[in-house]
Amino acid sequence: MRRLIKSAGLREILLPLGRMAVFVLGAGALMSVVMVVLALLCRGSGADKLLLSTQNVNIVFYTMANLPQVLIDGVTIGFVYAAIALGYTMVYGVLEFINFAHSEIFAIGAFAGVEFLIIMDKIGVLATSGTYGPYLYLTLALAIGMLAAGGIAVLIERTAYRPLRGAPRLVPLISAIGVSFALQDIIRLVESLTTGQFYRVIPTFGNFDDKILLFTIQTASAPIKVDIQVKSVIVIAAAVMMLVGLNYIVNATRIGKAIRSVAQDRDTAAIMGIGVNGVIAFTFLIGGALGGAAGVLYALKFTRIDPFVGFMPGMKAFTAAVVGGIGNLTGALLGGIILGMLESFAGAYLGTFTMGNFGSEYKDIIAFLILIIVIVFRPSGLLGEQISQKA
Amino acid sequence: MKIKIRETLRTVAEYLNRGKAPYFLSIGLTILGFVLVYLSPRSIPAFLVFAAAAGLPYFLSIKKSIKLALAVLVAIVLVPVLGARNIFYLEVIFQIAVFSALALGLNIVVGFSGLLNFGYMAFYAVGAYLWAFFGSQQPFLLHAIPGTAPIGTQFFMAADWFYLFIFLGVIVAAIVGLILGLPVLRVRGDYLAIITLGFGEIVRQLANNLDKPLNLTNGPQGITPIQRPTLPDGVIRFFNGIFEPLVGRPVTVNQFYNILFYLIALVVVIVAIVITYRLDDSKVGRAWTAIREDELAATAMGIPANKLKLGAFAVGASFAGAMGVLFAASRTFVSPESFTFLQSVGVLTMVILGGIGSIPGVIIGASVVIILNLQVLQSFSLFLSRLRQSDAYIPIINFYWRDLSNQLDPSKYQRLVFGIILILMMIYRPAGILPAARRKRELRVAKLEADSASVDNGNGGNGLPDVDKPAASPKEDNHA
Amino acid sequence: MRNRYFLVVSALLLIGLLFVGCGAPDAKVIKIATQSPLSGGMSAVGTDIKNSVQLALEQLSGPLVAMGFKVELAAFDDQGNPDTGVANAKSIVSDPAILVIVGHYNSGVQIPSSEEYHAAGLANVSPANTNPKVTERGYLEVSRICGRDDVQGAVGAQFAMSKGIKSAYVLHDKTAYGQGIAEYFKRESEKLGIKVLGFAGTEEKANFDSILSPILASKPEAIYFGGMFDQAAVLFKQARQKGYMGMFLSDDGFDSSDAAKIGGAALLEGAGTYFSTVAGPAAAYPGTAKFQADFKAKFGGEPQPFAAQSYDSAAIALKAIENAAIAAGKKVPARADVAKAVRALKDFPGITGTFTFNAKGDLAKAKYFIIQVTSPDAAQWSQNKIDKILDIAPPQ
Repeated sequence: MRRLIKSAGLREILLPLGRMAVFVLGAGALMSVVMVVLALLCRGSGADKLLLSTQNVNIVFYTMANLPQVLIDGVTIGFVYAAIALGYTMVYGVLEFINFAHSEIFAIGAFAGVEFLIIMDKIGVLATSGTYGPYLYLTLALAIGMLAAGGIAVLIERTAYRPLRGAPRLVPLISAIGVSFALQDIIRLVESLTTGQFYRVIPTFGNFDDKILLFTIQTASAPIKVDIQVKSVIVIAAAVMMLVGLNYIVNATRIGKAIRSVAQDRDTAAIMGIGVNGVIAFTFLIGGALGGAAGVLYALKFTRIDPFVGFMPGMKAFTAAVVGGIGNLTGALLGGIILGMLESFAGAYLGTFTMGNFGSEYKDIIAFLILIIVIVFRPSGLLGEQISQKA
Repeated sequence: MKIKIRETLRTVAEYLNRGKAPYFLSIGLTILGFVLVYLSPRSIPAFLVFAAAAGLPYFLSIKKSIKLALAVLVAIVLVPVLGARNIFYLEVIFQIAVFSALALGLNIVVGFSGLLNFGYMAFYAVGAYLWAFFGSQQPFLLHAIPGTAPIGTQFFMAADWFYLFIFLGVIVAAIVGLILGLPVLRVRGDYLAIITLGFGEIVRQLANNLDKPLNLTNGPQGITPIQRPTLPDGVIRFFNGIFEPLVGRPVTVNQFYNILFYLIALVVVIVAIVITYRLDDSKVGRAWTAIREDELAATAMGIPANKLKLGAFAVGASFAGAMGVLFAASRTFVSPESFTFLQSVGVLTMVILGGIGSIPGVIIGASVVIILNLQVLQSFSLFLSRLRQSDAYIPIINFYWRDLSNQLDPSKYQRLVFGIILILMMIYRPAGILPAARRKRELRVAKLEADSASVDNGNGGNGLPDVDKPAASPKEDNHA
Repeated sequence: MRNRYFLVVSALLLIGLLFVGCGAPDAKVIKIATQSPLSGGMSAVGTDIKNSVQLALEQLSGPLVAMGFKVELAAFDDQGNPDTGVANAKSIVSDPAILVIVGHYNSGVQIPSSEEYHAAGLANVSPANTNPKVTERGYLEVSRICGRDDVQGAVGAQFAMSKGIKSAYVLHDKTAYGQGIAEYFKRESEKLGIKVLGFAGTEEKANFDSILSPILASKPEAIYFGGMFDQAAVLFKQARQKGYMGMFLSDDGFDSSDAAKIGGAALLEGAGTYFSTVAGPAAAYPGTAKFQADFKAKFGGEPQPFAAQSYDSAAIALKAIENAAIAAGKKVPARADVAKAVRALKDFPGITGTFTFNAKGDLAKAKYFIIQVTSPDAAQWSQNKIDKILDIAPPQ
C-alpha cells in the first residue's frame, strides 16, 4: 500500500484531491467565521432592525440560515472559475503570455456542446434516453465541447500566436485581443446563419434540475432545507476530475515533463531534443479543452449562452489565476475557489448588511478590490509564481 | 517583380520630394482636397483626399514655417468651414482629436515608461463625471430617484465654469492616476495589466452604482443635461460675417458649438503634443525609457523609478481628465456605457496600431481607428445594404445581391474586421504604422547586424519596447 | 522611410480622385435610417429593430413608390455606444435624403444623438426608448410609440396590487431601461402599500445564485424584474429551481417567445409569470400575428422585443412622409414638414395599436396589456392570456 502511494502516479492524483479539500473547507470555514462575526457585531444595528421588521429574523440567525446554501453556490461557481483559470495559467506558464482569447475558446466549447445536445434533442433521443442516457449524452457533449475548444485553441496558436513568438510581450497580447474580437463575431455569424439568433438555450433533459436534499435545519419558525442541484454536483465532480487529470498529465507523464521543461527554459528544452512547438501546441490543446469543458458545464448550470458569454467568467477566471499566482496550477484552483466564495458571499449578504445601500451589484467591485489588495501585498499571487514547475 | 515596383515608386517619390516639388504638391493637394470636399460634402473619398492632404506635409521636406502655416490654415480655417457644411466630418475630426489626446496620454504610460494599462478609460470617466456632476443639476438631486428631476431645478453653477473645470479635470485625473499608481509601484508586467483592468472596471461600476445611498452619478440613467459654455452672440455673428460666403449659409448655434468644441479639443491636443514632445526629449523622458528597458539598471544609475512611474501615470491620466470634461460638455450627456473595458482596449489599439512610443504614430493610429470605425466600415455596410435593395447582380454567376443572407451584413461584423486587422498588424507590422524614431535607429542597426542571418521568428528587432521584462521578481523592485 | 509613406498617401489620393464624382444624389430617393446596436452583446434586439424596419419598407412603401420615389433603408450601427451614436447621427443629419430616423435601443445613446436630430429638424420615431427624458425635453422631432418607464412600472405595481400581492422583491438589469422601470415599480408599490423587501441591480447574465439567496430568504410574494427576457427568464428559472413558488412579474422586455424557450415550465409553476407590454399579443391582434409570420419567413428567427414596435415606427415614418409629400406636391418633402406630419397623425392604425401623439411625443393614450404566460412551448407564446388591459395617458 505504502509503495503504491509512493508511486508518482497515485500521488499526483491524491495530492490535488487533498489540496482541493483543504482549499474548499478552509476558504469556506474562513468566510463563514468572518461572516458570523460580522453578523454578531451588527446586532442591534439598522440592518438588524430592518430584517426584524421585514422578515422577523435577527441578523445572526439570517446569516447562519443562509450560510450552507451560500457555501454550496460559492463552491460550484468557484470550480467553474478554476477550470477556466487553468487554461490561462497553463498558457501563461509556458509562454508567459495572457491568452486573451481564452474566454472565446470557452464560449466555443459551450456552443459546440450545446449544439450537439440541441441536435440530439431534435432527433428525439434525449427525451427517451432513460435514467442513465442523459449522463451519456452529457459526457458526449463535454467531449465534443473539449474537442472543439481544444482544436480552435491550437488553430489560434498556429495562426495568430506562433508567428509572433519571440516578439515583445505586447505584440501577442494585442494579437490575442484581435483574436478575441474576431472569434466573438465568428461565433455570432455561424450561429445566426441557421436560425437567425445567435444565442442558444441548453435543452432540458435528464434529472439535472432535481435537487438532492442534504440536510434540514430545525428552527423555531420553519425548517430550513439545505439542498444541492444535481447539476451543481455534476459541475463540481467534472471540474474536480479535470483538475486532477490535468495535474496528473503535467506532473506524472512524459509530455507533462516536456511542458514543464519548456516552461522553465524554452531554449534549453529545445537543445535537449524537446519539440517546443509541439509542446506549446499541446499546452494550448489541454488549456482549450479545459476551457471548452468548463463552457459546457457553465451552459448546463446557467442554461443560456451567447457569443459574449465568456467575457465575465473569463475575466473572473483570469483574476483567479492571478490571485492564486499565475502559472501555478494549484494557485489557479485556490484562486478560483476564493473568488467563487467571495462572489457568493458578497452577493448574498452585502445588500442585507448595508440595508440595500450597497447591494450585490458591488460583488464585482469587491472581487477586484481583493485582487488589488492581494497583488499589492503578495505581488506574485497567494502561492507564488512557480511557472508550473511543480504544480 | 515586386521589388522592381517598389524601386520605381521610391524613385518617383524621391523625385517628387526634391526642390520645389513638395511645396507645390502639398499646397496643391490641400486646395484640391478642400475644393473636392467643398463641392461634394458627402463623398467619403473626397474627405480622405482632404485628410491625406492635411497629413502629407509631415512626410515631405518642406520648410518648417510653411508646414506650420499650412497646418494653421487647415486647422483654423478649412476644417471649420468644411465642418459647417457637413458636421459629420467635424464630428469625425473632433473624435480624432479627443482620442488622439487619450492615445497620447496612454502612450506616456505604455509607450514611454512601459507600464501596461488596461483601465485607461477610468481617467476619462473621472473627468467626464467631474463636469457632469458640477455642470448639471445633479448636486441638487442627491436624494432624488435616479432619472427624475423636479421641474425647475437650477443648474449648480454657471456654464462658464467649464473652462476652469478643464484644468480641474487635469488635476483630479492626475490625483486618481497617482492613487492607481501606488499599487503599481509594487507590481509589474501582467499583474499590472490585471490591476489596471480591475481598476477600470471598478470605476465604471462605481459610476453605475453610485445612485444610492446618495445619488451622485444617476446610475445607469446617466447625467443629462450638462451645460455647455455660453456663446456670446457676437462670436457667431463674427464667424458668419467672415465665413458665410464660404459656407454658403449662416451657421446655427448648434453647429457653432461643434466648431467650438473642435477648437477646444484642438487646443488640448496641441498642448498634449507639446508636453509629450518636451517630456520625451527631457531628462524625465530618458529616465522613463531607461525604466522601460531595464528597471534594475535604471535604479542602479540613480533614477528614482518609483517617483517617475507615478509621474507617468499622473501625466497620462491628466490628458484623459481634460478630454473627459470636454466630452461631457460636448455630449451634454454622460453615462457609464461610454467607459467600458472595450473602450480602454480601443485606445490601447490606437497606440499600438500607430506605433508605440511614437507621437505622430499615435495620432495616426487614433485617426485610422476612428475613420475606420465611423466612416469606412459604416459606409461599406450602407453600400452593401443599398446593393441589396437594388436589382444589381453579379453577372457571371447570376447572383442577385438581394439574395445575400441578412446574416452576412457586414455592418454586424465590425468587431470581426477590427480583430483581423489587429492580428494582421501584429504579424506583419508590429511596430505600428509609424514606428518611434529612436526605435527606428535601433532597428536599422539591428537590421544591419541581422541581415545575413535569417531571423527565425520573423520579427527580430521589430522596434517595440519589451514591456515589463519579468527579469526580477516583482518584490525586489521595491527596495532596489 | 518617409518616401514610402508619401507613396501610400499619394496612392490614397489617386484612389480618392477616382471615386469623387461617383454617387451623385438621386433626386427622388427617400431614405429611412435606423440606428441600433448591430454588433456586440445587444445586437440580438438591435438587429431585429433594423430587420423590422426593412420588412416595413418592403411591405408598406407602395404609396411612395407609386408617387415615383425610391425608398431605401440606411442602417447604422450605434454599437450601443453614445460616441458612435452621435457620430452616426451627424452622418445621418448630413444626408439630405434621410427623412426619418427610426431608432435607438439604448436611451443612453438616443438622448445625446437626438440632440443632433433636433438641431437638424429630422424626425426621430423611437420604438424602444422608454426613458421619460426622451420626450420630456419636448422636442418636436422626437416621438416614441413605446411606453414610458414611469407608466409601465406603475402599471406593474397596480397589477400586483390587484392580484393581492403584499410583498415584492424588485430587481433590474442596471441599464437605463430596466432600472427606470424598476424604480417606478418600487415607488408605486410603496404608495399602494406593497412591502418592497429589496431592490437590487445586476449585470449578471447567467449566474444568479448569489443574488437569489437573499431574495429567497426574504420570501417575497412576487419578484419583479425590470429588464430584458434574456436575463429575466434565466433568473426566473433559477429561482424556481431553488424552490421559489411566488409570482414573477416583468416588463415589455420580457415579451419574446424565447423567454418560454429559456424559462420553460418554470414560468407556469407556482403563482405564474406575468408581464406588462404595450404590444398586443399576436393571438388577439391579427396585425401582430401576420408580422410575426412574415418576420419569421424572411429572417428565420422569432422577432425580439421591440421588433413589432420598430415595424410600427417605420410604418408611421412612411405614412408621415407620404402625407408630407402629398402636401408638397409629390416632391421630396422638407424634414421639418415630415416631423410635423408625424405628430399630425391621428389614430394611425399599426400592428401594436392605434397611435396618436401628444404634444411631447408620447402616445396620447397607450394601451398596456398584462399578459400571463400560459405555455412552456415557445410556439404557443402568441396564445398567452391577456389578464388585463389598461388605457393610460402619459403624465403631462
